[in-house]
Amino acid sequence: MIEKTSEFIAEVKQAVKQFPAPEGGVITALDGISLEIQQSQFVTLLGPSGCGKTTLLRAISGFEDLDSGEIRIAGELVTGVAPYRRPVNTVFQNYALFPHISVSGNVGYGLEVTGVPRGERERRVGEALERVGLSGFGLRKPNQLSGGQQQRVALARAIINQPKLLLLDEPLSALDRNLRQSMQIELKNLQHDLGICFLFVTHDQEEALTMSDQVVVLNQGRIEQIGSPEALYHQPTSRFVAEFIGDGALFKGTITNTFENPILVTDDGQELPVGVGPSVGASATLIIRPEQLDIAKENADDSVGILDVVLEQSFFQGATNKYVCQLPNGVSVSAVPTGAGNAAFRRVSPGDRVRLAYDRNEPRVIIQTADGK
Amino acid sequence: MESKRENRRLIALLTPGTLFLGIFFLGPLGMMIVFSFLEPGLYGGVEWNFYHWNYGRILGWADGEWEEFDPVYVEIFLRSARLAFTNVTITLLICYPAAFWVSGLSARWRTFVVFIVTLPFFVSMVVRLFCWVLILRPSGFLNIALLGLGLISEPIDIIYTETAVLIGMAYIMLPFMFLPLYASIEKLDYSLIEASSDLGAKPYQTFFRVILPATLPGIAAGAVLVFIPSLGNFIVPDLLGGAKVLMIGNLVEQQFLSARNWPFGAALSVMIMLVMFTLIVLYLRRIGRSELAR
Repeated sequence: MIEKTSEFIAEVKQAVKQFPAPEGGVITALDGISLEIQQSQFVTLLGPSGCGKTTLLRAISGFEDLDSGEIRIAGELVTGVAPYRRPVNTVFQNYALFPHISVSGNVGYGLEVTGVPRGERERRVGEALERVGLSGFGLRKPNQLSGGQQQRVALARAIINQPKLLLLDEPLSALDRNLRQSMQIELKNLQHDLGICFLFVTHDQEEALTMSDQVVVLNQGRIEQIGSPEALYHQPTSRFVAEFIGDGALFKGTITNTFENPILVTDDGQELPVGVGPSVGASATLIIRPEQLDIAKENADDSVGILDVVLEQSFFQGATNKYVCQLPNGVSVSAVPTGAGNAAFRRVSPGDRVRLAYDRNEPRVIIQTADGK
Repeated sequence: MESKRENRRLIALLTPGTLFLGIFFLGPLGMMIVFSFLEPGLYGGVEWNFYHWNYGRILGWADGEWEEFDPVYVEIFLRSARLAFTNVTITLLICYPAAFWVSGLSARWRTFVVFIVTLPFFVSMVVRLFCWVLILRPSGFLNIALLGLGLISEPIDIIYTETAVLIGMAYIMLPFMFLPLYASIEKLDYSLIEASSDLGAKPYQTFFRVILPATLPGIAAGAVLVFIPSLGNFIVPDLLGGAKVLMIGNLVEQQFLSARNWPFGAALSVMIMLVMFTLIVLYLRRIGRSELAR
């Protein structure tokens, strides 16, 4: 007999799900997704709307059946298992609080329907409410709470059954910016305290980068890349990920060689030095992040690449300034220099020509694969 | 200034309706209540003397000198209430699943089905009920079909029974139950059902703890809309119940049109009204409370 426990809390294998499109034909929401989620991690499914992230979440919670493929939760195959039998709980996008039941009733609902005796129920409801900072709100009805408080009730309700995996479907999207940011921190802390795995769905890259241990970037029903926020930002493996996560200027072209050093020649003839690595002749994309650009020094050697630009506009951002510049071909690039670079940049006024430099080894180069990703 | 103008506009808008209701709704109502305490005239109409025996006949203090107490009135009343209540149950059991089914259809089909449900209103109720006579009578379609299928060997007596009255009433009242139910079921937030299931509630628990409470306003509205006209209905029992199933509506009709005892008919009507009024007050208090909780 093979031991059933698994090091993964959830495994998705070759998941395929199609929906009939309203205008005929089918929409492929999940196109052969395979994913393994480790215990006690904060995992985010990130992607633009329609990328399949919510469908994947709903397949795990049991509200959508897969067309093919399988899902295991804590090692157990859950195909055909009804949502109420799955050891996962969900925080819904609109919170889905029961309007006719008090806050305590909402939070204790999961215990009540599974037959937990009253005394224990009250104790655990009290604990859960305290954990989300809503002690003393138990007798209110959900509509007597603010959006942020409702959010906390939904959270308390979802964790009270001690799920093995907590699913969160864009739970912060209805909150205003300040509240959203403080809730991000709270969620992260809560996940750390509870030690259970959070699977969080969002289309907000900033949110994903802030909270996650692992980010799964989805696009058109496929996984683009899985990695830590740092890895996704600094080593994107596809143009899609590079564009979706963080700012940055993208240059598409072909790798050629001059004096032993590889350069990227863009389609309109610009020559940009890149780091050693990509083979000559490959088509590639160079991604230059705003913080990698600085004002060029007078006697720059060939370890840096130079962009001749015109400053268009500068934006004060608190700790830094953001300078939006334009390349001769009309493409705009942003620079967020720090320290001395920022000071030098302040003397430049909009309309002036500036030489921007980047360390040739810093920006990421993505080699185009045959399928044109 | 502004609020004064607002007020004037409000008065201008409300006056016609208020006058209309005051004259044509409250007027006859008041007249009926007054008549119910007057002495019946010999050939219809009323004598302007205070006369409480109308109620005595129904409720039991008539001494037998002028008017006689007859428990049959209370019996008819109770039977009517029972039939009306049964009718509410039948229509509810039919419409609740149907409304769920319709709310799951595409927008185009939903509109179509709601139109179909209201379609019978375009045809006179009497005509529609005569169709039921044709269906239910001993040589009617139902018996022909059952005989033809060999399910029965001789025609069943269904017309002029309570069953026939219930069939007819349910048929007439279905839209009144369906529409408010559908309105509340269509509004039902499916994520609440998912949340319940997600939290471990079995389907029956989800139904009783989430779906039923959420659709209760629709059920209550449908029940009131079906119960009240069912209680006072006299056309259905007249056509499908024959002389065997007399309901309170028929009794009132007879008193006004055949017996020409207006005060007694009025007293019966006031009794019906009292019961309905009580029910509506209960309903409003119940709904009012749950609205407050919302």
